[in-house]
Amino acid sequence: MSRLQVYVQGVGVWSPQLADFAALRGALRGQDVAPPPARPPASRLPANERRRAPESVLLAIEVADQAVAMSGLDASTLACVFASSHGDQPIMDYMCAVLATAPAELSPTRFHNSVHNAPAGYWTIATGCHAPSNAVCAQQASFGAGLLEAAILAVADARPVLLVCSDTAGSGPLTEVTGCVAPFACALVLAPQPGASTLGRLDLHLCPASIAGASSAAALPATWMASSPSASALPLLALLAQGTGRCRLMATGSLGMEVQLEECA
Amino acid sequence: MPQPISPLAISAFTATSAVGRGLEGHRQALQDARSGLRANDFSQVALACWVGRVEGLEEAPLPVALAAWECRNNRLAWLGLNQDGFLDAVRSVRERYGASRVALLLGTSTASIGATEEAYRRLDPDGGFPQDMLRRPIHTPHSLAGFVAEALALEGPCLTVSTACSSSAKVFASAERMIRLGLVDAAVVGGVDTLCESVLFGFNALELVSRAPCRPFDRARDGISIGEAAGFALLERVDAAPRALRLLGYGEASDAHHMSTPHPEGLGAEIALHDALARAGIEPARVDYINLHGTASLKNDEVEAALIARAFPPSTRASSTKGFTGHTLGAAGILEAVITLLALDHGLVPGNLGGADPDPACGPQFAWHNEARAVEVALSNSFGFGGNNACLAFARADRRA
Repeated sequence: MSRLQVYVQGVGVWSPQLADFAALRGALRGQDVAPPPARPPASRLPANERRRAPESVLLAIEVADQAVAMSGLDASTLACVFASSHGDQPIMDYMCAVLATAPAELSPTRFHNSVHNAPAGYWTIATGCHAPSNAVCAQQASFGAGLLEAAILAVADARPVLLVCSDTAGSGPLTEVTGCVAPFACALVLAPQPGASTLGRLDLHLCPASIAGASSAAALPATWMASSPSASALPLLALLAQGTGRCRLMATGSLGMEVQLEECA
Repeated sequence: MPQPISPLAISAFTATSAVGRGLEGHRQALQDARSGLRANDFSQVALACWVGRVEGLEEAPLPVALAAWECRNNRLAWLGLNQDGFLDAVRSVRERYGASRVALLLGTSTASIGATEEAYRRLDPDGGFPQDMLRRPIHTPHSLAGFVAEALALEGPCLTVSTACSSSAKVFASAERMIRLGLVDAAVVGGVDTLCESVLFGFNALELVSRAPCRPFDRARDGISIGEAAGFALLERVDAAPRALRLLGYGEASDAHHMSTPHPEGLGAEIALHDALARAGIEPARVDYINLHGTASLKNDEVEAALIARAFPPSTRASSTKGFTGHTLGAAGILEAVITLLALDHGLVPGNLGGADPDPACGPQFAWHNEARAVEVALSNSFGFGGNNACLAFARADRRA
């Protein structure tokens, strides 16, 4: 079998242009949507954590909270997969710069916030979640690879799964090699069975040696897709906003994945 | 409670760390109770601590065809892949099932961040990366998996798991789910982490690094020794290798407590343990040996010792092997899985090296010295920052029913 079926129960989005999934729907209808503030509210975090949390965590928690709220599910019960191609680039830039000049002055807090699973850690702490949590990446294919991992977990263990895919903007000299010019974050709640808030059913189909045909999101500005590896989610997010259709994502650097979205009654 | 799973065959496995290259190097070091730790001679700026450094990486460049991936972490990956016939084993499954039917799932905490650190030490006068470091794929955490996918010519699902020190344990769980759902027929799992400034000075800033060789579960323990390692395993359905050692189960759980200290009652670790036993379909008394996370940090060892004392009978033997290799962070899961597989293969319970004066929290399960005994079922614990816990269950194919 190379096919998987999961039901989308909730969606979250955050970018410099989009505050949430409703804003994406508006943008696709050609409406002028108000851009969000620079700092994601991430209101799920306790106030003291929110002040101290790094940007990667604020981005991920904001979209996770949006998607879980839409799903109506209890966050503490959801297994979660957090994908990010580059992790927290402002922290990586800070650490590499300090290590090059005065390594003994490295901040312990920024070091423990530098782990790739920092968003998963903050999220599970904020929601009291003891379920399995994961932090993954796959270069430019992190969204598709994360979607595959989350869908597999949902089907294999018959449980709803939260998927988050987010990247900060680049910072300092690192930006030259990551190419991330803007932050982007999105989240999906995936379930093995349809529920009250189901937006649609995703049929995922792995297609070896087929990466050439990865989709674009024709109705959205091309600069949005190009701004961040996480924005490779936009073709699928646009389908979810519009109802049905198909797109092709990269599941790895050399493996394509067809995604068919079907409405369910 | 999770449902029992069908076991998977581990048709090949290998590890390379400070104690040696490949399985025989590890078996011999365990047998001789010989540590691979040495005074830190790695960091650019002096740091008084001990490290588990792999010999010879500086003289082991990548093959020319793979030179775009050059960095210490990928060198260690390549050195590791070249032990114990692992490349041949992968070639065989690739030919049998097809390159797109073999998954590649690797754990790493920092991947090749050491190369990014180097680029920052050698920035051009205009502030940019030097020309030889403008290799985009090595400045991401997927560098390791990207390199290994190319080196092994695999074209199936390929994912990096980066959950700090549980990373290369969790890849076994992801692989089992992919094989169970029929998305692939085999999976290469493993992990690599190498010494770098980030982890040496980062753990130092958190005051978690010992000035002396680490002493897991010792009353006077005062922190970890950081090491580096590469390890790999090949998973297939049991009928493909009926006599091979087996993955019996796994558990994954979150502490929901703190970013850098474990839950005081070991809640996440205990859930992971129970889920691993449930998937394996076994009672705690069936476990002959547990390779502990046992980092020699004050908190981890206190919490883990209490968990073992309350969950297992004295007949279950337990030890940390970080006194041999140091804490290899994102590679600890696979390295210690391999040590656990060696225990099953050779009937050798490795002694808890470095625990000369046992912490009173340690129960009668602790093996302070090597024990020769039959090991049919064994576990390996891996816990990471962010409260990320994993427990793996392995067994011999000929274990009693």
